[in-house]
Amino acid sequence: MMSLFRSHGLFLPLIKRFPDIKICRVKRRSQGCMTTCTVIRHRWMKRSCWSISPVREFSSNASEKENLDMSKFPVERIRNFSIVAHIDHGKSTLADRLLEITGAIAKTASNKQVLDKLQVERERGITVKAQTASLFYQHDGQTYLLNLIDTPGHVDFSYEVSRSISACQGVLLIVDANQGIQAQTVANFYLAFEAQLTIIPVINKIDLKNADPERVEKQIEKVFDIPKEECIRISAKLGTNVDQVLQEVVKRIPPPTARVDDLFKALVFDSTFDHYRGVVANIALFGGRVSRGDKIVSAHLGKSYEVNELGLLRPDEHPTETLYAGQVGYVIAGMKEVKEAQIGDTLYLHKQPVEALPGFKPAKSMVFAGMYPMDQSEYTALRSAVEKLMLNDSSVTVQKDSSLALGAGWRLGFLGLLHMEVFNQRLEQEYNASVIVTAPTVPYKAVLASAKLIKEHGEEVITIINPAQFPDKSQVVKYLEPMVMGTIIAPDDFTGKIMTLCQSRRAVQKNMFYIDEHRVMIKYIFPLNEIVVDFYDQLKSMSSGYASFDYEDAGYEAADLIKMDFLLNGRPVEELATIVHKDKAYSAGKAICERLKESIPRQMFEIAVQAAIGSKIIARETIKAYRKNVLAKCYGGDVTRKMKLLKKQAEGKKKLRRIGNIDVPKDAFINVLKRK
Amino acid sequence: MSRQTLLTQQHALQCLGTALGFVLLRSIATTHRLPPQADEASLYVHWPYCLKRCSYCNFNKYIPRNQNHAVMTACLQRETQTLLQLSQVSRISSVFFGGGTPSLAQPSTIAAVLETVSKHAHLSDEAEVTLEVNPTPAGKASLKDFTLAGVNRFSVGIQSLNDDHLRTLGRDHDSQHALWTVSEARTLCPGRVSVDVMFALPGQSVKSWESELEKLLPVCDDHVSLYQLTLERGTQLFKQVDSGELSVPGDDVTAVMYNSARGVLEKAGFRQYEVSNFAKNNAVSEHNIGYWKGRQYIGVGPGAHGRFVLRAVGGVQREARTQTLEPDVWIREVQRHGHGTRRRIQLDHHGLLEEVLVMGLRMNEGITQQHWKLFSPEDDLQQIFGMSEKVQEFQAGGLLKLNNRGLRCSWEGLALLDSILPTMLLELEMFFKKDCTQGNA
Repeated sequence: MMSLFRSHGLFLPLIKRFPDIKICRVKRRSQGCMTTCTVIRHRWMKRSCWSISPVREFSSNASEKENLDMSKFPVERIRNFSIVAHIDHGKSTLADRLLEITGAIAKTASNKQVLDKLQVERERGITVKAQTASLFYQHDGQTYLLNLIDTPGHVDFSYEVSRSISACQGVLLIVDANQGIQAQTVANFYLAFEAQLTIIPVINKIDLKNADPERVEKQIEKVFDIPKEECIRISAKLGTNVDQVLQEVVKRIPPPTARVDDLFKALVFDSTFDHYRGVVANIALFGGRVSRGDKIVSAHLGKSYEVNELGLLRPDEHPTETLYAGQVGYVIAGMKEVKEAQIGDTLYLHKQPVEALPGFKPAKSMVFAGMYPMDQSEYTALRSAVEKLMLNDSSVTVQKDSSLALGAGWRLGFLGLLHMEVFNQRLEQEYNASVIVTAPTVPYKAVLASAKLIKEHGEEVITIINPAQFPDKSQVVKYLEPMVMGTIIAPDDFTGKIMTLCQSRRAVQKNMFYIDEHRVMIKYIFPLNEIVVDFYDQLKSMSSGYASFDYEDAGYEAADLIKMDFLLNGRPVEELATIVHKDKAYSAGKAICERLKESIPRQMFEIAVQAAIGSKIIARETIKAYRKNVLAKCYGGDVTRKMKLLKKQAEGKKKLRRIGNIDVPKDAFINVLKRK
Repeated sequence: MSRQTLLTQQHALQCLGTALGFVLLRSIATTHRLPPQADEASLYVHWPYCLKRCSYCNFNKYIPRNQNHAVMTACLQRETQTLLQLSQVSRISSVFFGGGTPSLAQPSTIAAVLETVSKHAHLSDEAEVTLEVNPTPAGKASLKDFTLAGVNRFSVGIQSLNDDHLRTLGRDHDSQHALWTVSEARTLCPGRVSVDVMFALPGQSVKSWESELEKLLPVCDDHVSLYQLTLERGTQLFKQVDSGELSVPGDDVTAVMYNSARGVLEKAGFRQYEVSNFAKNNAVSEHNIGYWKGRQYIGVGPGAHGRFVLRAVGGVQREARTQTLEPDVWIREVQRHGHGTRRRIQLDHHGLLEEVLVMGLRMNEGITQQHWKLFSPEDDLQQIFGMSEKVQEFQAGGLLKLNNRGLRCSWEGLALLDSILPTMLLELEMFFKKDCTQGNA
């Protein structure tokens, strides 16, 4: 371990020669004093980043990388593309193969999902954060620069997908040869189609025993209207036909329409935050060139910066002197805050302004959840963990919140359910934070009834995130709830069951379509609220895992919403108040009353647990009084144990929330509020 | 001068004169006098062995392959001697041989331990000497020898008079053995025989429990202990219930069982004097009352617990002591050091009062003002609990009584004691915190 630590000075020359080595300054606290060390950490090595061996392995590549003249790659020999796929259809494996073939990484058995850097990405087989890799590819005696912009596969991350796609001219649409088209395949196709990108369908996993590429080709023809002759059959795992994919990328995808002679104009399509170097912005050059030392300006803020470093991502940072029109790379320019590198922003040269690119609409939070530390003493640590995570995920919104039962915390807004899960998982894995996450809710809206109220709120339509802010019916013209268009693809044996499930979720069927002889694609308009909790789990389990589901935003619709309160012996428990649809009030009220009954311990008197809408009680459970609670045997040998138990209970009593004369343990709130 | 400074000065003076100053320093700001009744104690002797494992028992017991009675006897004697000397009590008020199955011990072992006690402290002929008896034929046969060894009270673990229940519990006796043993014990120690019975057994109904009690009344002596079966993790019975193979009556049913038993026994002339103990003709267990009244006790044998002041080394606070659990290890330690104490915890003034409170409220008579005053001469029950809103709530709810006589549970309150105690402990703690800040001001 010690041998890995080198003094800074000694190490510097080495860094210049091996630019693909990431340097981390590690602050270590030892015996009360801080020492700053420089360690070698290669970015491939996710798990064993403390190993020194990669340095040797990569030293052979160094000479090739030293004198990269990017002017050798004119626009005609540049291709920018993305890979899009449903979860587990093999996107990351194909990316690994492409990196290997083009020599970006050494060919070893251990290259698994190289672009998926986060633990959660590897565990779930998904990409959360888009990554970029520039590949050099020989074709017809020419070297091409292929920029692979990796995208997250799930629509929760469609914001990331769309910004990745905006830097591309084409996509590889991967479909599993066994599973065929799935819900996310459809969603991804439309994103690319609407962006008018060239779509190359790639049928992966043809080595599998049950592979049926023929059937999948037919599906593609039928659903996407792409001639089946255009499909490429590959096995990313074995490398079969992967080279053909690269050839087709060169042949079919058009080069970017950017000119070196134009003024410098670049789109910021992603950014990461590095504690020591500040913001690292990923840019796509739509015109001109940019070099180290140039003064650049952010169109959004009008602030100017000097370019300290720029280069290619292969996928590690690989500094160069200049980047030219059509190319994709990174730039570090002394931006201290993530806000300064707004995604979708346009960069131009100082005193040479250009018309800003269209940019992106900001991510919209669709799912909200309360987040509280398990113990209030962990609040500060959790806050700093949340802040750190947000640096690299600008799509999460945060609002301070506090609950009488759970203490101080936050109300976080996410793009979708998976996004929320991934965020929580990262919080736990990367920051070791234990948190209570409440059941997710969606943002409702209310159209205010009177001019007076509108003046009061400053707007006619208000968004309601917290049930406490829910305006009374007398004050509103109507309430609105967010809707989504859901796509379900499943074998037709399950159609009946799926329709029943969707109906129970207040969904309205929009269309139904056979994508082949046995598989059906059904589209429904759902209230978002109906799918945020356990819809996907139910769909999966009723279809033995065969159904896939995806959804996209479908605006707001009027809905009969009401606020439901929960009472303990007649006293409302404010942290349990919830907004529900009128049709669901009874079942939701009953379910929560039952959960409360299970989790509030019996006390010496009877407790009525009630759900109420206004003054009307719609559900009730009774927690019967304890009639006996005393340890039978208590002699000399039992005293120590008994005292310990009682003291613990007494200690626990201090933390109880008292509603009327009822002691409600924190666990009861957690049980009721927490996501199941 | 505040009480606090006075105490500090007294202690400083005492500490100067002793080599054990640091022990004393720890007790500063608690009390300057010895806990009451430090001159006497009761003695508990643990016999850790059983012939077989009962399905519900998680107690400290061992099924030995071969047993060396001579070594065990020597070690029990040795530890008794050591602990008696450490405590410097002049009188042992009662002795209780528990287990395990102490009726498997040889009567000569019992005699030897009692002899040791007599050698180092006064053990009156009148003192209660109880032995727990397993009602097997072998147990019955040796009862006479035990009385000759000095035992004058038997506690017979009949558990149930229903043979199906006895089988479920994994007992090695049947109801007939139980009746014979009780009858023999009553002949030997008339009026000083207790029986243990359990309720809330798998498959038991309120009706069957009541009829079992009716069957018991004519044959039992003047003392009955009633225990609700508690499922302890790690026991066979726990697994059987957990897996659904057996089912035990629910909370509501056991509450009815408990209360109906209290009624039946009361009608038959038994007075409930503690949560689980009933006596006729005042045949209460002196030894057990000692625990509930917060008196000193010395625990001898593997896993035994004690509460006493180590006067021999200048101790001023009571210590909670636990002996080593495993018999073999315990034997080695006793042979090497004279005792097998594994854990010692100092009980400060507050800690002692907590135990007095928790144990005292188990008794029907509760904690009398005089009883409390012994341990807390400065602060009486009224001062500590009288102003508490929650105690007033308990009183209004008819669960607790606080008056000139003292603090005690009502008939209903006794059944809910464990729900009352955490609140009482908090009130006590709050009183001391307040007292502390006022004292310092």
